[in-house]
Amino acid sequence: MKTLETQRAHAVQAWNGLQNSARPVVYVGAGSCGLAAGAAEVIEAVEAYLAKKRIGADVLKVGCIGPCYLEPLVDVQMPGNPRISYSNVTPGVVRELFDSFFEKGEMFRRHLVGHFGKNGFRGAPKFFEHPMLERQVRIVLRNCGIIDPENVDHYLALDGYKAFEKCLSMRWSDVLEIVKNSGLRGRGGAGFPTWRKWLVCRETKSDTRYLICNADEGDPGAFMNRSLIEGDPHAVLEGMLIAAYTMGASKGFVYIRAEYPLAIKRLKSAIVQVQELGLLGRGILGSEFDFDISIKEGAGAFVCGEETALIASIEGKRGMPRTRPPFPAVEGLWGKPTIINNVETLGTLPNIIRNGAEWYSQYGTETSKGTKTFSLVGKLRRTGLIEVPLGMTVRSVVYDIGGGSVKGFKAVQTGGPSGGCLGEEFLDTPIDYETLGAAGSIMGSGGLIVLDRNTCIVDTTKYFLNFTQAESCGKCVPCRVGTRHLANILERISQGKGEVVDLARLERLALAIKGGALCGLGQTAPNPVLTSLKYFRDEFLSHITDKRCPAAVCRDLVHYRIITDKCTGCQRCVKVCPTGAITGPRSEPHNLDMSKCIKCRSCYEICRFDAIAGDAIVIEPGA
Amino acid sequence: MPFDPFAEAVKDFEGDPADLIPILQRVQAAYGYLSPDALRWISRWLRMSENEIFGVATFFAQFRFSQPGEHVIKVCLGTACHVKGGEQILDVLKRRLNVEPGESTADGRYQLERVACLGCCALAPVLAIDEKVYADTSVLRVHQMLEERENREDA
Repeated sequence: MKTLETQRAHAVQAWNGLQNSARPVVYVGAGSCGLAAGAAEVIEAVEAYLAKKRIGADVLKVGCIGPCYLEPLVDVQMPGNPRISYSNVTPGVVRELFDSFFEKGEMFRRHLVGHFGKNGFRGAPKFFEHPMLERQVRIVLRNCGIIDPENVDHYLALDGYKAFEKCLSMRWSDVLEIVKNSGLRGRGGAGFPTWRKWLVCRETKSDTRYLICNADEGDPGAFMNRSLIEGDPHAVLEGMLIAAYTMGASKGFVYIRAEYPLAIKRLKSAIVQVQELGLLGRGILGSEFDFDISIKEGAGAFVCGEETALIASIEGKRGMPRTRPPFPAVEGLWGKPTIINNVETLGTLPNIIRNGAEWYSQYGTETSKGTKTFSLVGKLRRTGLIEVPLGMTVRSVVYDIGGGSVKGFKAVQTGGPSGGCLGEEFLDTPIDYETLGAAGSIMGSGGLIVLDRNTCIVDTTKYFLNFTQAESCGKCVPCRVGTRHLANILERISQGKGEVVDLARLERLALAIKGGALCGLGQTAPNPVLTSLKYFRDEFLSHITDKRCPAAVCRDLVHYRIITDKCTGCQRCVKVCPTGAITGPRSEPHNLDMSKCIKCRSCYEICRFDAIAGDAIVIEPGA
Repeated sequence: MPFDPFAEAVKDFEGDPADLIPILQRVQAAYGYLSPDALRWISRWLRMSENEIFGVATFFAQFRFSQPGEHVIKVCLGTACHVKGGEQILDVLKRRLNVEPGESTADGRYQLERVACLGCCALAPVLAIDEKVYADTSVLRVHQMLEERENREDA
């Protein structure tokens, strides 16, 4: 017990020291999204600047704080001042930013997002009052982007592992009672009450029980779990300890996608750190509780998000699901009772234990308690990772947080390949498990993809069916063959070769697959088709009867046109066209030969971004 | 044993069938792909049939069975990337490199892959070349990126 206490005392001191540091501190958002936006080059520029000017400063790499569209984010904390955040920082901006702080002693005004202080600071806005963050409630994401995820002291200083210590002093049934009263439901998508699953597992007689953290975030368009593990891995590990203690597991696995190398790295180093603190192993902190955690890297199969398929894959087999019951909580990994919890469910637990069930259940609705993280992406102004109380309306999320779509909102897609597209009539719908389910979609793991008027619903639906078709494991016929036919019919419609009767065929087949498929993948795979047909039937009909894609997306139903009045004849598009479809002498409007055009978009983009006229090439509905 | 180097890939394992996938991952990380020789070696070491091993390996998208190109270009086709034009980015690469996803170019320089999601959805559309992820790409930027790389390598 002593080591953890000493370590925490030391950690608190170090953390307070950092907040009131006599040296400047620079924080760089270096999650996967930050790095993709160029954070690595920014860190190089920061370090080169500090070295060249011989400035003694600390540089911390933090996780994703949420507004990914502002990445790379760099925060500067001068002695005695609050931490101030800057967006879209390039190596060039680093120089200006640092010159301002270190040479002129002034706060840099451009690229400013806000400061993290409690009070006002030189007229700068507060970071958490930014429109994207103001309405969020950050519980599971509380540390993301704030702490250095590779430094366990930061986690410890902010009450880390206190919840687990508290659990050790309680009976497992009392911990279960807290989780039950908090109303926490599985954040992986289905929303099954967490406590009930645990209780079944605990009450099944067995010498061994397993806990699996499902980090095989397979939904395309979702990255909540990646961000949480990258930004605060210890929260997930502490959640695993709490869950294992309550349900009586002695061995845990984290099943994580191989596509998330940074998350795997952070998790590995976090596991070593907790081992050193004596929080894993035999007789943890002098109790009778034994627990160990191993990492299993997923090998790329969407179906492995399904519990029984995931278990098969950990056992070294093809990741194919089996019929349930028996449920994994009774008979799971190697035949032993096994609980599979999502990353976010586990990451939420320490907060519930620390602050109590009542505190957590103040957020959310009657049946959907607490907060939920979403990856808010697609066609909208502000994209990123958000956490909001359940029950917030679609409108608040899309407009207040996301800033709306530039080209006009059309729909929001929830639940990934198992969900559906909900249009304008759902803007005032609260986001919770029941309401989304009633609309024909699902909550899912938290992907919210906003579609605007330039997005085609037929194309999006086809995209999802092609995805589930490719990912179908092939074990049961309804899914293997049924999704193939759904995808084929959708392909036909998108080519303008559909018939009106195809819509009835789609519906009949979709319902047959829903009723007949073996596992969750197949049972929910038709959801995109059913919701799209229900809410966007007109768009299907215009593809079928008018041979027209209103959003100008489906390649066979659009054409490219040069607006001769606008074209200045700059020849940029002539050079970029791969098939020689565009011709014309310099300074005269160019000519586009439609028979040669392969609709690759090169000319359209070069005209928009790089040409003299700009927007002289348009993509229009109609073949 | 002609393929002793495989011993390195299995040194942390005890020969449990559950270790199959991690072993395949290690071998692929070391060699770039799973060769027939590698599969035979693993089969003997784990005392599992080659058939069974091949069945598991082909189930998962991660495993490759031929020598990949020197640089792997992964085009993200997650939902956010799709609605922002990922498919057209893949098309440009297919045409410029003259390969289909899963193949390598004739000169062995590039391998083209499509991936379900790289998890950088807020910065869509994205693609990755080896370990580096590129945000906010476009058909145009792909042309530029390839030209820059060619110029650099020629120089």
